[in-house]
Amino acid sequence: MPALKKRGQQSLMFKNPPFITSWASLVGPKEGEGPWGPHFDKVFEDYLLNEESWEKAETKMLREAVIMSLSKQGLKPGDAELFLAGDLLNQIISSSYAAREINIPFLGLYGACSTMAESLLVGAVMIDGGFYQRVVAATSSHHYTAERQFRSPIEQGVQKVPSSQWTATAAGSVVLQSTGAGARITCATVGKVVDMGQTDAANMGGAMAPAAADTIKMHFKDTGRKTDYYDLIVTGDLGAVGMALAHELFIKDGLVPSPNYSDCGVLLYDGLQGVDSGGSGCGCAGCMLAGPLLHKVKNGEINRLLLVATGALMSPTSTFQGESIPGIAHAVAIENL
Amino acid sequence: MSMDEKLKTTQQEEYHHLVNRIKPKPPVLQNCIWAFVVGGLICVVGQLILNYLLGMGINKQDAGSLDAIIMVFLGALFTGLGIYDDLGQKAGAGSIVPITGFANVIVASAMEFKKEGYIFGVGAKIFSIAGPTLVFGFVASVAIGLIKLWLIQ
Repeated sequence: MPALKKRGQQSLMFKNPPFITSWASLVGPKEGEGPWGPHFDKVFEDYLLNEESWEKAETKMLREAVIMSLSKQGLKPGDAELFLAGDLLNQIISSSYAAREINIPFLGLYGACSTMAESLLVGAVMIDGGFYQRVVAATSSHHYTAERQFRSPIEQGVQKVPSSQWTATAAGSVVLQSTGAGARITCATVGKVVDMGQTDAANMGGAMAPAAADTIKMHFKDTGRKTDYYDLIVTGDLGAVGMALAHELFIKDGLVPSPNYSDCGVLLYDGLQGVDSGGSGCGCAGCMLAGPLLHKVKNGEINRLLLVATGALMSPTSTFQGESIPGIAHAVAIENL
Repeated sequence: MSMDEKLKTTQQEEYHHLVNRIKPKPPVLQNCIWAFVVGGLICVVGQLILNYLLGMGINKQDAGSLDAIIMVFLGALFTGLGIYDDLGQKAGAGSIVPITGFANVIVASAMEFKKEGYIFGVGAKIFSIAGPTLVFGFVASVAIGLIKLWLIQ
């Protein structure tokens, strides 16, 4: 029997597109000072959130995002049937420890910074497949937990280069339902791991741009949609450098998504915040989607949104062993039908 | 090498050129000036302390050791106050190369891993950045000691 809902090589077309019924975004102080500060549900005043460690703070932020996204519909965590989440830390501890307290069935995901799209994609498949009626897809990142795992101690006096990015302190949570009202996830494209041999850990955008371009190309090829079908195509965290590279790759592939193409890493901060190339981290795409972007979809400012969250799948170990940085990108189409 | 591998290598090389073309270059001259000024100022502070110690009548060798101890303390203090990392962002090598930079990487590591406890956190990780400097510093000192022993004596 041929796959009924698969299109082309990598894309899925949902028969009963799941509804995005509510969402929540929680961010740190720096993100709150950025251009979208007022559009987030909650801006924390510090990075510790009254916890003992940054890791515990990240867990708390994710947990609160999930609880808030459900409470907007008057629901409790127990009303959700499945919790899909992932983060950047080893063994995805932020998500697992958040899940420990939320106490609903949990599937942990690792897609690095592509997790927002990955969790929405998996959640949409679960609902369209008829297995669940209400799923929560969430992700988080914390500047200081990521720095200490992937880079150097916080107080160490190192000089950043202009292509480096700032890991966002942010969490985003989206509630998907089989019934309800609002925007729906109509189709999705599962990305391939693309590695163009980049080894510069201070240029993640450069490592991930080929994956983003590949997934976007495959999305249009598989679905037959034109690039102007979407009001906005937004990548996850390529930053200014990665976005410029993606532009070049689009032209090479014969795609012209501009001017309706942007990047969450470029949008999240303004240039004066000392973030060099822009934002990164799971929370970058997470908070921009579960905040400003979904609000704009709700208002009708954006009717067709393609979120292409991007991830760099290396670890400090692979970097030290001289491995190049593999990139991935998953696309999720969110539409007002 | 198969055709596919060749194609892949060519594509990767092409992309590498594209990245180099688009990637913004660090402001090298500006960074050098900053490094020169800040590194120089740190050395001036060290010299002032040394002169003061010598003025107190301490002999030259002891004054040198005391000076290094005081500079390491200052590096550690400004790391703890959260100032040294901001300085390092501007000054680069200017604040890494002097002995204060050595204090910075050790204290920064100690602060970072305190949450994992004193044994497996601070104790195990305190030299995670400074470790290579120590290891190869010791290796170099042993080598120089042996050269002195065999060749000069």
